[in-house]
Amino acid sequence: MARVAAPRRPFLGHSYNLVGVVASLVILGWMLIAIFAPTIIPHSIGDIVDDDYFGPMRQGLWLGSDYLGRDMLSRVLMGARYTVGISLAAVCIACFSGVVLGMIAAVTGGWLDICLSRFLDAMNSIPSKLFGLVVVAAVGSSIPALILTLAVIYIPGAYRFARALAVNINTMDFMTVARVRGESTAYLIGSEILPNIIRPVLADFGLRFVFIVLLLSGLSFLGLGLQPPLADWGALVRENIGGLPFAAPAVIVPSLAIASLTISVNLLIDNLPQKIRDRDA
Amino acid sequence: MTSGVLNLVLKRLAIAVVTLLIVLFAVFFATSMLPGDTASILLGQAATPEAVAGLREAMHLNDPAILRFLRWLLGLLHGNLGTSYANQMPVAALIGGRFVNTMELAGITTLLSVPLALTLGVTAAMLRGSLYDRTVTILAIGVISVPEFMVATLAVLLFAVYLKWLPALSSVNEAHTLTDLVRIYAMPVITLTFVISAQMIRMTRAAVVETLSTPYVEMALLKGASRSRMVLKHALPNALGPIVNAVALSLSYLVGGVIIVETIFNYPGIAKLMVDAVATRDLPLIQSCAMIFCLGYLLLITIADIIAIMSNPRLR
Repeated sequence: MARVAAPRRPFLGHSYNLVGVVASLVILGWMLIAIFAPTIIPHSIGDIVDDDYFGPMRQGLWLGSDYLGRDMLSRVLMGARYTVGISLAAVCIACFSGVVLGMIAAVTGGWLDICLSRFLDAMNSIPSKLFGLVVVAAVGSSIPALILTLAVIYIPGAYRFARALAVNINTMDFMTVARVRGESTAYLIGSEILPNIIRPVLADFGLRFVFIVLLLSGLSFLGLGLQPPLADWGALVRENIGGLPFAAPAVIVPSLAIASLTISVNLLIDNLPQKIRDRDA
Repeated sequence: MTSGVLNLVLKRLAIAVVTLLIVLFAVFFATSMLPGDTASILLGQAATPEAVAGLREAMHLNDPAILRFLRWLLGLLHGNLGTSYANQMPVAALIGGRFVNTMELAGITTLLSVPLALTLGVTAAMLRGSLYDRTVTILAIGVISVPEFMVATLAVLLFAVYLKWLPALSSVNEAHTLTDLVRIYAMPVITLTFVISAQMIRMTRAAVVETLSTPYVEMALLKGASRSRMVLKHALPNALGPIVNAVALSLSYLVGGVIIVETIFNYPGIAKLMVDAVATRDLPLIQSCAMIFCLGYLLLITIADIIAIMSNPRLR
C-alpha cells in the first residue's frame, strides 16, 4: 500500500521511503527533546518574562508568551517530557502485559482463555475517554496514577491483537513438536511464539502509543490529566485556550506539537516495509 | 432467517447483557474507590463524629460493597438513579433535559456525517490511486491522528476568528429563530462530523476496495460491465454488511467526541454534566452518566455485530 513513490534505498536489510525517514526523524527529535529538555530550555518554565500576555512570536521569545507572560518555547519543550514520557511508560506496560497475557491465553486455551477473553472484551467495551474520566475521578491524577490508568485502558486491545496472532502460530507443527518435547509454557511463549509475532506486535505498539498520546492530551485538556504547575501539551492548550480568539501562538503551537508526533508515528507505521508490517509475515 | 442466525444473534445479545453487568460493576467500584468519606464530605468540616456516623448509617455506607452494588442495581431497575450529592436534586431530573440536548447533537451529526462519509469513502475506493483518493485518505489519516480538541480549536479559528461566520460558544437557551439555532449547532456539529467521518471514510473505503478485488467483480469487468455498474450492482451489495458495520462502529466514537466537544463549546449536554460531576466528585451523577454512555456504546457495538452476522450470506 505504498502510496508515495519515493526513492527507496536499502538500509539494514530493509528499504525505507522518504516519508518514513522524515517521520522517524521527527519522532527521534521529540525523543531527544524529551530527554534533554531541562538543559536546553532558554527560560525557567515558571518565570514570567513578558509584560504582555499571549505575546506574538519575536526574537528571544520564539514562540510568544502564554496567558501569564511565560516563555512558550520552554513550556512546549518541557511539555514534550511529560507527554512523551508518560505515554511511553504507559504503552510499555500496556503492551507488555497485554501481549504476555494474550500469548499465555492462546497457548493454554480452555477456561483461562475464555475467562480472560470475556473479561477483557467487557473492559474493551467501555469507551476509553469515559473509562479515563471515571478512573481519574477515583484515583486522582498524579503521574504514576495517570500512567497506570492509561496502561489499564489499553491492555485489552493489546491482548486481543496478540492473542489473535498467537492463536494462528499455535496451530503450527513446530508448536506441536515443542509440546511433545515437554517444553514449559514460558519457553513456548518466549522462544516459539514471540519471535514469530514480534514485528506486527511492534507496529501495534506504535499505534497504541498514538492512542495513548491522544487520550492523555484529551484528559489534560479537560483539566483531569496532569495538574498545574506541571503541564503536558494537552494542558498547555487548555490553559491558553483564552488566546484562541486572538489566534495566539500559545494555543496553536502545543496542538501542532501533538499533531506532529502522532501523525509522524502513523506515517512511519504506514510506510514500514511490508515485511515488518504484515500480520502474517 | 434460519435458526443458525437466530442462535448467533441471541448469543450475541446474551454477551451484551453480561458485558453490561461487568461494565456496571466496574463503574460502581471505580467510583466507590474515590478518596474521602462521602458522609464527612457532605456534612462539611464542622460535623461531629456522631453526625457523620449517623449519616453513614442512614446512607447504608457501612454495608459491604456487594450489598450496596445490588441495592444500586435494584434502584436502577425501578428507574431510581439516586440523588446528586452536590445539590440534593434527583439525578434523573438533572440528566433529563441535558440528555435530550446530547441526543439532538448526536442525531444532527449522524444525519450529516453518514451520507458525507459514505459518498467520500465509496468514491475514493472507486477512484483508487487517483489524486482524489490520495487527498481523501491523507485528510482522513490527519483527522484521526490529532486529538478532537485540536479539530475543535481549528474549526473555531477558521469559522469564528478568521471568517467570523459563527460564534465560538453556544447557548441553547438563547435560540429564538432558526438562524440562531443553526449558528449554535454549527460549530459542535462541524467538529463532531469531522471526527466521526474520518473513521467512517477509512473503513468504508477499505470495505469497498476489498470487494472490488474479488473474483466476481473481475468477472463483471471481463463481461464488459461499465465501471459504475460494476461498483453499484456487483460490489456495493456485497460490501453493505461491512459498511453498515463501519457506520455503527464509527458512531460509537461519538461517545468520546461529545465529551470533548460539549466541554470546549460549553454545550449543555450530559457529557459536560459528567465532566463537571467528576470535578465535584458527585458519585451518583458520575455513575448514571457513565452508565448512559456505556449503554449507548454497547448498543451501537451490538447492532454492528448483529448486522455483521445477518449480512454474512454463508449463514443465511
